[in-house]
Amino acid sequence: MANAHSIDTGAGHGSVRSYVIGFVLSVVLTAAAFGLVMQQVFGPTESIIAIAMLAFIQILVHLVFFLHMNTSSSQRWNLLSLASAVLVAVILIGGTLWVLHNVGAHMMSR
Amino acid sequence: MLQKTIPLDLPGSHDDHGASNTVLGFWVYLMTDCIIFASLFAVFAVMGHQFAGGPTGKDVFELPLVMLETAILLVSSITFGFGMLAAHKGKSTALLAWLGVTFLLGVVFIGLEIHEFSTLLAQGYGPDRSAFLSAFFTLVATHGLHVAVGLIWMVVLAVQVIGNKKITQRDLTRLTCLSLFWHFLDIVWICVFTFVYLTSVV
Repeated sequence: MANAHSIDTGAGHGSVRSYVIGFVLSVVLTAAAFGLVMQQVFGPTESIIAIAMLAFIQILVHLVFFLHMNTSSSQRWNLLSLASAVLVAVILIGGTLWVLHNVGAHMMSR
Repeated sequence: MLQKTIPLDLPGSHDDHGASNTVLGFWVYLMTDCIIFASLFAVFAVMGHQFAGGPTGKDVFELPLVMLETAILLVSSITFGFGMLAAHKGKSTALLAWLGVTFLLGVVFIGLEIHEFSTLLAQGYGPDRSAFLSAFFTLVATHGLHVAVGLIWMVVLAVQVIGNKKITQRDLTRLTCLSLFWHFLDIVWICVFTFVYLTSVV
């Protein structure tokens, strides 16, 4: 922990403005996801891709506007731990699906 | 270990650096929690299509209810945010009011989830019915349990703020940790409504 200037680690305060922007963006993204599915705008595969992208964008919106994450040096350790957790999650979920998909294919259980 | 933690717990020693380490430590805990949820999502992704002749997501999920839960959690995120802004300005009355609103929203969310679960159980669609329902109950109940713990924590902090008469640096550190926790749970919920409810219904 060499960076002694990391006083605000993870504790950015934000402002009414940033919370309201984040809220409005989240409402739009959530409504879009539910609307796409409930109105059956696309077929199943396209819908899943579309709502997955909407979810990804909304997670970024929450991280920036609600959790006040940014790329400043004071947040280096927060970002690094987030990046490592995301890496583990991707390996965990992707690896599980990959391995078990292959198992399913070989066992002809599907 | 003990010697490292003692200075942080002494009153008056809560300088900014100690507080920032506490918050970073809590953030690292949240990242490990994130991995717990990742493994539960992986389980759901694998088990989500194994219905064992039981109901599918299309049969049992009520999207309007999920939409209401989503809206409540999202509003509670912004009300908690406003509470934190009040806390940083030292306005304890406003903080307590926003915490109260957030708490009520959280209680309604938990109530809706209990309603959803009890409806499923009453129909015989409990976690023992199929792999799909096991994975669903485990994932969504783990999230719900986190929200419930957040609510208990909120009450504890509110009582501390009331007891202290004013918001101390220590209160602020604890409130910051809880706000990270609360916003984190909202992010997990984004994944729940997207990858559990919506993808099961398309």
